[in-house]
Amino acid sequence: MKLLTHNLLTSHVRGVGPRGFPLRLQATEVRINPVEFNPEFVARMIPKVEWAALLEAADTLHLVEVPKGPTEGYERDEQFLRKMHHVLLEVDVLEGTLQCPESGRLFPISRGIPNMLLNDEETET
Amino acid sequence: MALPCTFKRYLLLMAQEHLEFRLPEIKSLLSLFGGQFASSQETYGKSPFWILSIPSEDIARNLMKRTVCAKSIFELWGHGKSPEELYSSLKNYPVEKMVPYLHSDSTYKVKIHTFNKTLTQEEKVRRIDALEFLPFEGKVNLKKPQHIFSILEDYGLDPNCIPESPHNIYFGRWIADGQRELIESYSVKKRHFIGNTSMDAGLSFIMANHGKVKENDIVFDPFVGTGGLLIASAHFGAYVYGTDIDYNTIHGLGKASRKNQKWRGPDENIRANLRQYGLEKYYLDVLVSDASKPSWRKGTYFDAIITDPPYGIRESTRRTGSQKEIPKGIEKCPESHVPVSLSYHLSDMFFDLLNFAAETLVLGGRLVYWLPVYTPEYTEEMVPWHPCLQLISNCEQKLSSHTSRRLITMEKVKKFENRDQYSHLLSDQILPYQGHNSFREKYFSGITKRVAKEEKTSQE
Repeated sequence: MKLLTHNLLTSHVRGVGPRGFPLRLQATEVRINPVEFNPEFVARMIPKVEWAALLEAADTLHLVEVPKGPTEGYERDEQFLRKMHHVLLEVDVLEGTLQCPESGRLFPISRGIPNMLLNDEETET
Repeated sequence: MALPCTFKRYLLLMAQEHLEFRLPEIKSLLSLFGGQFASSQETYGKSPFWILSIPSEDIARNLMKRTVCAKSIFELWGHGKSPEELYSSLKNYPVEKMVPYLHSDSTYKVKIHTFNKTLTQEEKVRRIDALEFLPFEGKVNLKKPQHIFSILEDYGLDPNCIPESPHNIYFGRWIADGQRELIESYSVKKRHFIGNTSMDAGLSFIMANHGKVKENDIVFDPFVGTGGLLIASAHFGAYVYGTDIDYNTIHGLGKASRKNQKWRGPDENIRANLRQYGLEKYYLDVLVSDASKPSWRKGTYFDAIITDPPYGIRESTRRTGSQKEIPKGIEKCPESHVPVSLSYHLSDMFFDLLNFAAETLVLGGRLVYWLPVYTPEYTEEMVPWHPCLQLISNCEQKLSSHTSRRLITMEKVKKFENRDQYSHLLSDQILPYQGHNSFREKYFSGITKRVAKEEKTSQE
């Protein structure tokens, strides 16, 4: 699971609403996956990123050199974009869990794939 | 309709398959490249010859880099219903537009294609010679000419009734071919990881084109299965997400769908499929998730949602449910981690899908999905609608004598306000489609026992 994905996911346990974001990340196996750098795509993603959640996840994984926020004119700042590319797309959580911050419910990640399924009692209607 | 005089006319030679899907594909692609569909022809019907006006040759070339419905495009210099009409049409084509391709330093060749008739070599040569009145100054080069000109003769569509003279003759400068070779190179037969319902390669590219997928887009498939639809989008430069409720399919576990194969290999999953075509860099993630209960935080992330939802025949329609509800067909699959399965009423599924698309698509983004239909009862009113989504096209593909599926393309034209606002509206409007809840039963009625039995075993 990439950190870009983690940044877009929320818990949909019944009753938690917006307090279900961000999911608390815990990783037991992480892999760095080189991905071809595409500055246009990274630049497109920047406005969608929730920075506090990203920084929290990056911290959990002990990542260094993570930008604290978008810089002025970031679309043309290659250094910034390369750092963001690495954080968002090249860090892959293979095994771990995502935890709902409100209810504590755990969603497992195995073989890089999160399992977001819940029972009906647990889900929003 | 008055055509802009500055636009040149082009002749598109279309492939004769997926007839209904062709016009929406061309329209979507022209719109993607900043053009607009402009034609003097009323309808195209079944004809493979389409004349249209395109603002620039660049747009025409871009169109051909994407289309799987069109074989070739030509800059149209003349046409007519007889050789005489063709020649006078050519004499009316401005010479200054011809000259750049005919001057003495260039090389060229003239080809002749006949449709629904075979000509002898002698007949072909005669027709090419008859064009000597054109100001060709360059040298003929049959191997590697700079410019290729084509005569196209249309002898109709009925192989049992071939006319003496052609209905139409066209002459033009060949510009480019379409992408039909993708159909072979991405064939499901060669793909590492397939499922029972993997989409035919041609249709998956058509879907990506209806969806106006472009480079750097994010495309999402909520019923991703083995990822076939994502491959087409990735090929066009989009980054892809997929979810599926089936744990085994997402992880590439369990029974293989290839005949004579026992288990899926370790390298069989969606990521591996993209890797097979050199498209791994476009793989974002896949998740095990219930499409009716998505896990995306509030916002608009997807440029396109392209999907083939389950119809409940060859793959089951499921969603997670409560122990209290009486389940129809509980599946006990400890590995699949689906707590309880209910039969997911098809109308509910499309309601959820449209609402989800309205909420998560960017403005201008498209939803492309298949709608299964029981043909004897189908009416246009049954196509699900949503106040935020505009219907762009609805193309039928027959499945059996009394069923078909329709490829529905919708575009988000209005911002999504809040979820509650739409729930009562939609349940009223969707009512006509309620009848399709029994799509599964209707599909099996009228089919012989033998066929019904085959369907049952392939569902395991």
